[in-house]
Amino acid sequence: MHREDFPMLKQDIVYFDNGATSLKPQEMINAIVDYYSNHTANIHRGDYDAAIKTDKLYDEARTIVAEFIHAESPREVIFTSGMTDSMNRIVFGFMKYQLKKGDEVLISKAEHASNVLPWYVLQKELGIVVKEVPLDENHELTLEMLSSSITDKTKVISLAHITNVIGDVRDVVSIGSLAKEKNIYFVVDAAQSVGHVDVNTMAMEADFLVFSGHKMLGPTGVGVLYGRKTLLEQMQPMNYGGGMNEYFESDGSYQVREVPTRFEAGTPPIAEVIGLSAAVQYINKIGIENIHKHELDLKKYLVSELEKIDNIVLYNKSSESGILAFNIRGVFSQDTAIYLNHYHIYIRAGNHCSKMLKDDLNIKNTCRISMHLYNSKDDIDKLVEVLRQSEDIFKIIL
Amino acid sequence: MERNLRREIILDNYQNPFHKGLVEDKKGVYIRNNTNSTSCIDNVDIMYKIKDDVIEDVYFDGEACAISTSATSIMIRMLLGKSIAEARRYLENYEAMIEERPYDKDLLGELNAYEEIYLQPNRKKCALLPFESLKRVLEEEYEKRKD
Repeated sequence: MHREDFPMLKQDIVYFDNGATSLKPQEMINAIVDYYSNHTANIHRGDYDAAIKTDKLYDEARTIVAEFIHAESPREVIFTSGMTDSMNRIVFGFMKYQLKKGDEVLISKAEHASNVLPWYVLQKELGIVVKEVPLDENHELTLEMLSSSITDKTKVISLAHITNVIGDVRDVVSIGSLAKEKNIYFVVDAAQSVGHVDVNTMAMEADFLVFSGHKMLGPTGVGVLYGRKTLLEQMQPMNYGGGMNEYFESDGSYQVREVPTRFEAGTPPIAEVIGLSAAVQYINKIGIENIHKHELDLKKYLVSELEKIDNIVLYNKSSESGILAFNIRGVFSQDTAIYLNHYHIYIRAGNHCSKMLKDDLNIKNTCRISMHLYNSKDDIDKLVEVLRQSEDIFKIIL
Repeated sequence: MERNLRREIILDNYQNPFHKGLVEDKKGVYIRNNTNSTSCIDNVDIMYKIKDDVIEDVYFDGEACAISTSATSIMIRMLLGKSIAEARRYLENYEAMIEERPYDKDLLGELNAYEEIYLQPNRKKCALLPFESLKRVLEEEYEKRKD
């Protein structure tokens, strides 16, 4: 739906790599072009018209994003460079000062590298213990398994809302309530869920939640760190400099600004924040529930069509998102991706930055289809037709 | 090289790769090297047995695409029994071909199957995957012997 809003789709392509990054609607592109063409100015310092307009758009963006993720206040929204940046700030700006040797952090084998490596570094630095919750036979995380992995030492549960290979939707509301009950910090990686399903920080009682702009129809270079206000008050800035201080004196004394300004040192990605705001407004206009329903319909159709082809192996038929991992039997995933590219069908091959999942899936690489609101049954029909002829794959790619 | 012949060579080496599967090395006579492409997909282990100045034995294993697997297979077959200096000459010419620099076509034999890989820049990495490991190991061995 709404394919006409996405200029990339004027080309004859099927775009199935939304897990990596999404396409951009013209409205979002226009917002950025408008900033660069008509009201370029830095923020929070100019007394001229362009600066006033830019200030307004930048500050409004925080409110628009806060409402979008159901935060209590815009002050709980920090603009970062992306999900990876957000996660690193939580781990090294907050957890580093809260956790001590022996404390346990629960993650799963299906997490993205950005929700694994920062914890590993802290494990090395502080002696915390990073533990993986086992996955069930569908490679999904169940509340029971999570619950039984919790011990007296568990201080953090850090999980993706929707995982990027299997696409299973975690029951974040129940997990959040369990975490609250046991006094455990709950960190949510919403990179694959925001823009696809309703992300409600209040309902899931998240302490922290992170995502990137570019996977949700927004620009690259901007992301969000949501944090409960009381926790952000205790978080240390990772960057010091202009814009984040109240004052500093030559005797070395200084005072940082209030939350969240103290976390946005230097000139922020102004154009990108304005673009992100436009993307959120675009999604709101279409309705997140409509997007979610559309993706579920497509996933059902995709699975039913691919199941009709003999040599296709599907790894996550049941997960309730627009993500499907598959392989052509006996063909290396990258060869499949190159074959599909020949027909202008864009998918992703590899381990999808989720290197630990290979232990669970028992295969190292998969092809991944990840859909968004502009994908259609036509796209799926094109893919299916090409996969049906895949016995010719090496004639095409070699 | 004609396209069908190229395809045949690559496919044959992909489907029936030469010396694929690592060997047991109880005596520790093999040098082992892992090569991981930056695209984070292909992951190949190569084992080398070099005696005096001669490459006596090479095996490889791992998960990789058709280009990468076949290139490793052909290269290993070609380098067996060669001296380190000769092997380095093959590798230099192979790299030159992939990177579109002048090279000795006659020397490369079946490796000419990759002469047009440069037309697909994202596949150059695949074609260079075994090369990088071989180059690293042979350079080290060459330096050792120079001392």
